Amino acid sequence: MNIKSILLLALVANGAAYAAEAEVSDSDRIAQYREMISDGNPADFDEMRGESLWKAVAGPKQATLEQCDLGKGAGVVKGAYAELPRFFKDTGRVQDLESRLLSCMSTLQGLNADEIAAKPFATEKKPSDISSLATYVVGQSKGIKMAVSVKHPKEKEAYEIGKRIFSYRAGPYDFACSTCHATSNVRIRMQDLPNLNVKKDAQAAYTTWPAYRVSQGLTRSFQWRLNDCFRQQRFPEPKFASEATVDLTMYLAVSANGAAFAGPGLKR
Amino acid sequence: MGNPMKIRAAVKDGVTEVKILMQHEMETGLRKDADGTLVPAWFITEVKAQYQGRSVMEAQFGQSVSKNPYLLFRFKGGAAGEKINVSWMDNKGDKRSDEAAITAA
Repeated sequence: MNIKSILLLALVANGAAYAAEAEVSDSDRIAQYREMISDGNPADFDEMRGESLWKAVAGPKQATLEQCDLGKGAGVVKGAYAELPRFFKDTGRVQDLESRLLSCMSTLQGLNADEIAAKPFATEKKPSDISSLATYVVGQSKGIKMAVSVKHPKEKEAYEIGKRIFSYRAGPYDFACSTCHATSNVRIRMQDLPNLNVKKDAQAAYTTWPAYRVSQGLTRSFQWRLNDCFRQQRFPEPKFASEATVDLTMYLAVSANGAAFAGPGLKR
Repeated sequence: MGNPMKIRAAVKDGVTEVKILMQHEMETGLRKDADGTLVPAWFITEVKAQYQGRSVMEAQFGQSVSKNPYLLFRFKGGAAGEKINVSWMDNKGDKRSDEAAITAA
């Protein structure tokens, strides 16, 4: 070997292995590990998949999604996610990214929205088109400041309902989102729980979803995040892209306003 | 024919840093699926990086490496605009090779 490999620094596989370093705390190490793998995020592959789906002809109408209006005009993807959810005139309601994609897939491509909404999440065996599309769109807002509006009365209403859902206690465990996410410096097992009533925590949490979950080997969308939160609370499963999920997303998105969007993220 | 890798390489002060993200299931052969059937082992066994026809990094992978592995290494030398070639082979004999141009960091 003429050129010497001077350092085989990290033979990482999204599961840490590092050279020993003196006196670093565990949380520092986690932060260090996150930084190291931050530009090796497998969500990139999902973004690539989403981008090709966005540009691919599909459905009975044989159309692409390139004319889909995500709020900034037909076909504008850049920065769209930083302003979602928002009110859409054509559908007459507030929509988050995934419910908007669902509308576009049904109006532009003629696909059956109910069928898509029935199985919206990726599994180990089958990727989800709508999730990959969402990953692609979200990636186009990287670095852009969150600026979700509540000017329209419907937007304001969605925000208020979302806020109430956040602290609505129900289910066999009498749980609410706020049961776990309204106290600072607590954790469940080894996971630090963000206090979503604190601006900084809310921003850090919201701007890093969707995310690649290392433990699942899949990129997960924000609708999935909410769906799984409700499952953990033992609530009935929320309908994909339903009003309740959009309203809750609205509340959380507005709480993150002002922070630069950083997704797709990378989580345990 | 595996899925494409994502390769980035940047040279700074005469040292080239190469970051490789591979797409692979990396099945250990020890896991069972929902029906209780053993999922057969399927993982990358070998990763090689070449610069100007010379090997700059060789690695042997096993079952313990996670799905979609990420690998970072540095080597002395390398020039902006030159190509770095990375290839892997898995236990089923499948191969993948991708190339990327080195940029100036």
